[in-house]
Amino acid sequence: MPDRSLTLGELAAQVRSKNAGPFWITLDVFFKNEDDYQFVTKSGCLSNQVIARLYQVDPAAVLAFELPGILAMKISFPRSVTAGSFQDRDLHAGQQYVPLASLRLPARTNASS
Amino acid sequence: MSAQPTSEPGVGVVFPSGMLGSGFPAESVKRGIAMGAAAIAVDGGSTDSGPYYLGAGAAKTAAAAVERDLRILLAAACENRIPLIVGSCGTAGTDAGVDWVAEIAVRIAAEDRLSFRMARIYSELSVATVISAIDAGRVRGLPPCGDLSPELARSCAHIVALMGHDPIVAALEAGAGVVLAGRATDTSMVAAVALMRGMPAGPAWHAAKTVECGGQCTTNPAAGGVFVRIDSEGFTVTPLAADAACTPSSVAAHMLYENADPLRLLEPTGTLDTSAATYTALDERVVRVEGSRFEPSSRPTAKLEGARLAGYETISVVGIRDPHVLANLDTWLTYFRSVLEDRIHATLELGPQHYDVALQCYGANAVLGPLEDSAGPPREIGLLFKVRAPSQQTATAIAKIANPLLLHLPLPGMDHLPSFAFATSPAEVERGPSYEFALNHVLELEHGTDLFRVDLSEVTNA
Repeated sequence: MPDRSLTLGELAAQVRSKNAGPFWITLDVFFKNEDDYQFVTKSGCLSNQVIARLYQVDPAAVLAFELPGILAMKISFPRSVTAGSFQDRDLHAGQQYVPLASLRLPARTNASS
Repeated sequence: MSAQPTSEPGVGVVFPSGMLGSGFPAESVKRGIAMGAAAIAVDGGSTDSGPYYLGAGAAKTAAAAVERDLRILLAAACENRIPLIVGSCGTAGTDAGVDWVAEIAVRIAAEDRLSFRMARIYSELSVATVISAIDAGRVRGLPPCGDLSPELARSCAHIVALMGHDPIVAALEAGAGVVLAGRATDTSMVAAVALMRGMPAGPAWHAAKTVECGGQCTTNPAAGGVFVRIDSEGFTVTPLAADAACTPSSVAAHMLYENADPLRLLEPTGTLDTSAATYTALDERVVRVEGSRFEPSSRPTAKLEGARLAGYETISVVGIRDPHVLANLDTWLTYFRSVLEDRIHATLELGPQHYDVALQCYGANAVLGPLEDSAGPPREIGLLFKVRAPSQQTATAIAKIANPLLLHLPLPGMDHLPSFAFATSPAEVERGPSYEFALNHVLELEHGTDLFRVDLSEVTNA
């Protein structure tokens, strides 16, 4: 099914989230192979604007890192509420990866995997 | 005699688990010592579990669980004459947390006839110390926070500074066999052992970061801790559990864990840069890392953590299964808030600026809130009603005023009163003081041991 559109969570080996200290949240995406990594990083589908829309944060505050050596991407941004404060919904931010994992990727017409 | 050194070069450290009190197999520590450990290091805390532990000065871990782990580690350290270093004692690393772990250690030593020189390193700061540092222009904010005001410092129930390796090295050089540190960076214990034995800073800090969560850098994080050997060129990491492996991916991936930046890690004495690090499998379980660099800063810093009292909380939980209400849940929640505000005003004469109410619908969007995009009404929800007010009495009074609404509030236009499903009687649970993290700042030091107080004592049981 070369043109089937997957979610990031379906394509990646793992998508995870966690606090990076009480004031930041960080998202990690680990890919299964070079093709998948190249496809996602080159497609621009994880731009700071997309992350800002998914997480309702300022795109200027989003830090994104591509790590070709371990076929991973990392995205960090300030928490909208501090960890463990009254309005916080997820103390460790361990479930906040779901909006990212649910992101539907663009169709991949020349997929090789 | 000491179990080390072996013929292999470098400095070995056993890191038995991610947190003191989380448990590990006793045999795994023996295995690490047989590999030639010069020290045992373990972390006793974190900010991960929220502001309560720093605010209240209480530990997250059960005393019995800390005692169990500490008994094994003290015996191994004394038997092999190698130091045991515990960082961030008592979860938040407050002075009370250090003393709490020290009391447990002294009790175990008496029961098991162990003798050692014990160092307690205190890292709690008085408000006066912090304010004089602000006045001296030595405190700066870290993103996303701004400057630290004296008022904000005064509002904190406890303030701790994160120590780097220097105070731990000072304690070890004073002959301590057991070092119980207050708040310390996750990496400071392992780095201290390596640096005091002359290992270069790049491998020392990178090795320390790699093992700071025990087995998290292995393929089987639940299986136990790791052994790391740091030398002049790099470091080698081996899992302590037979059914775990370190792979180049599992080790490299750990630099991502709980860090905003995967390649640069800010430490009290500089910045670890792993962008040129190479990860090589020595065999199926052991990984070699080289090329880690450390950029010393011009002067050391200590990150500050503070938690302030934000009020008192009371909670109730009610289950809603009524399909009609669930199909119109947002309407019901808006109606609930407005009726509740009216009743609170009518009975307590308090406006919404005097308290906070949070409504979290487990089964609908409690975890993601406005980020949730799943469509369709839930089958049922558990509604967590939380109120925070300046006193426990007021918080509970508000929860009691909310109670009949949580039980019976209909949707606007419904021709009968529903009765929703409480899980407990009484419904209200008093949660006590509610804290929040208030500080995200660093304090510039002259030397890495400034602010940190080392207290040495002899624990003797002949």
